[in-house]
Amino acid sequence: MSAVANPTRAAREDTPRSPQAGAPVVRLHDVHKSFGALKVLDGVSLDVGPGEVAAIIGQSGSGKSTALRCINALETIQQGTIHVCGHAIHDPQLDRRALRRDVGIVFQSYNLFPHLTAEQNIMLAPTCVKGMTKAQARELAREVLSHVGLAEKAEHYPEQLSGGQQQRVAIARSLAMRPKLMLFDEVTSALDPQLTGEVLKVMENLAREGMTMILVTHEMAFARKVASKVVYMHRGRVWETGTGAMLDDPQTPELRAFIGNGL
Amino acid sequence: MQSFGLAHVEFLAWAALWTVGLSAIAFVGGGLLGFAVALLRVSANPAARLAAIVYIQIVQGTPLLILLFLIYFGVAVIGFTGVPAILAAGAGLTIYASGFLAEIWRGCIQSVPKTQWEAAECLALTRWQRMTRVILPQALRIATPPTVGFLVQIVKNTSLASVVGFVELAQAGKLINNSIFEPFTIFVTVAVFYFALCFPLSTWSRSLERTLNVSRR
Repeated sequence: MSAVANPTRAAREDTPRSPQAGAPVVRLHDVHKSFGALKVLDGVSLDVGPGEVAAIIGQSGSGKSTALRCINALETIQQGTIHVCGHAIHDPQLDRRALRRDVGIVFQSYNLFPHLTAEQNIMLAPTCVKGMTKAQARELAREVLSHVGLAEKAEHYPEQLSGGQQQRVAIARSLAMRPKLMLFDEVTSALDPQLTGEVLKVMENLAREGMTMILVTHEMAFARKVASKVVYMHRGRVWETGTGAMLDDPQTPELRAFIGNGL
Repeated sequence: MQSFGLAHVEFLAWAALWTVGLSAIAFVGGGLLGFAVALLRVSANPAARLAAIVYIQIVQGTPLLILLFLIYFGVAVIGFTGVPAILAAGAGLTIYASGFLAEIWRGCIQSVPKTQWEAAECLALTRWQRMTRVILPQALRIATPPTVGFLVQIVKNTSLASVVGFVELAQAGKLINNSIFEPFTIFVTVAVFYFALCFPLSTWSRSLERTLNVSRR
C-alpha cells in the first residue's frame, strides 16, 4: 500500500516572514523522527496554507502528536525540513523564542500555571515577552477571556475552573500572543462531551475568523465540519489527505477501518 | 559548691542567643549558596550541573565535625591564623547547609511537572523567566516543609561548633557542668532551650504550609 503523495505545489524557497497569499504557513518535507529504535515519523510531508484548518487524525501511535510537536520545535527531527511562518525548524540555529512568538499551542492537559489566576496566566507572556505594561496586559487578558466566553472568570485560579473552562483559558492565553498559527494537541481528549462542545465552539469561531490552525483530534464530526484539510496518519506517514468529505469516501482500507472503528 | 541557679539559666540564655545567631548565619549563608548551587544543578549547561553534583556530594559526604575542624585548623595551616571561632563555625555551617539545601531545592524544582516548563517555553518566555515566574513560585510551596525541617536540624547541629571553641548553648551547658557537676539538671535545661527554639519553627512551617496551600490546585 503506498502512501498518498502530498499535494503537489511548485517547489520554492519559502523564507519570507510574512507569507504571501497562498504560500504555506507550515511546510513539512520528508520529516523523519525516531525515539531510539522506534520510528515515529517516517517521511511526513504536509503543507498548510494561511487561514487553513488542518485536522490530523489517526490511531494512537500513528505519530500525529509527534508531528505537531515537531512543528513547534518541542521535538527535534533527524531528517527532512520544516518551515513554519518563515522559521526553519530543522536548522540547529533556530531562534526558538522568535518561533514561539508566532506559534501558539494548546495541550491536552491544559497546563495552566496553578499559582496564577486566569487573568495572570494570560498576562504573563505579554508582559514578559512583549514588554506590555500590567494595565495593557490586563486589558488584553479581559479581551481574550471574553473572546472565549470567560470574562467573569478572570480572578479565578485554575483549580476553581472546570476542565472545559481551563482549556478555554489556555486557548485565550495562546491567543493573547497574537500568533499566526495555532496548534491544538488533542485538546478535548480529557473532557466529557458537554465540556468538549464548549471548547470546540471556541475553536470553530477561531477558524471562522481566519486563524491558521493545525489540530490533532479524535473528533471526527468536528474535523469533517470545520477542517479545510483532513490528514490521516498511519504508521508515521501521511496515509491519505483530503477535505472533510474524504471521511465519507475513504480511499485506503486503513482509513476505512479507522473510521469504521470510530463509529 | 554552688548549686544550679538563676545565674546559670541566665548564662544559658545568653549562650542560646549565640545558637540563634549561628543558626541565622548558617541559614542565610547556606540558603544563598545553596540556592545558587541548586540553580547550577538544574542548569542547561552539563559542566555547571557536574560541578554542582560534585560540590553536593563532597559536602554531604563530609561530617560537619570534620568540616568545622578543616576550616578552623585548616585555614591556619595555609596562613590565616587567629580566625575567630564565630567565623569558622559560621563558614562551616554555611557550607554544610548549602550542600543539603541545594539538594532539597533541586528536588522541589524538579518535582514541578515538566509540562509546566513546556507551556512556559511555548509562550516564548526566556529560561530565566520560566524559572522565576513559573517554576520557582510552584517549587516554593513544595519546598517549605522540608526547608524548615532542615532549619531545625541546623539549630541542633550548631552544638558541634563547640569543638572550635565557640560557646553556644551546648558548650555553655558543658562549662556549667564542669564547675557544679549537676549533669541531669543542666542538660535537661539545655534540652528545654533547644526545644523552645525548634518547636516554634515546626509550628511556623505548618502555618506556612496552610497559607501557601490557599491558591494551590
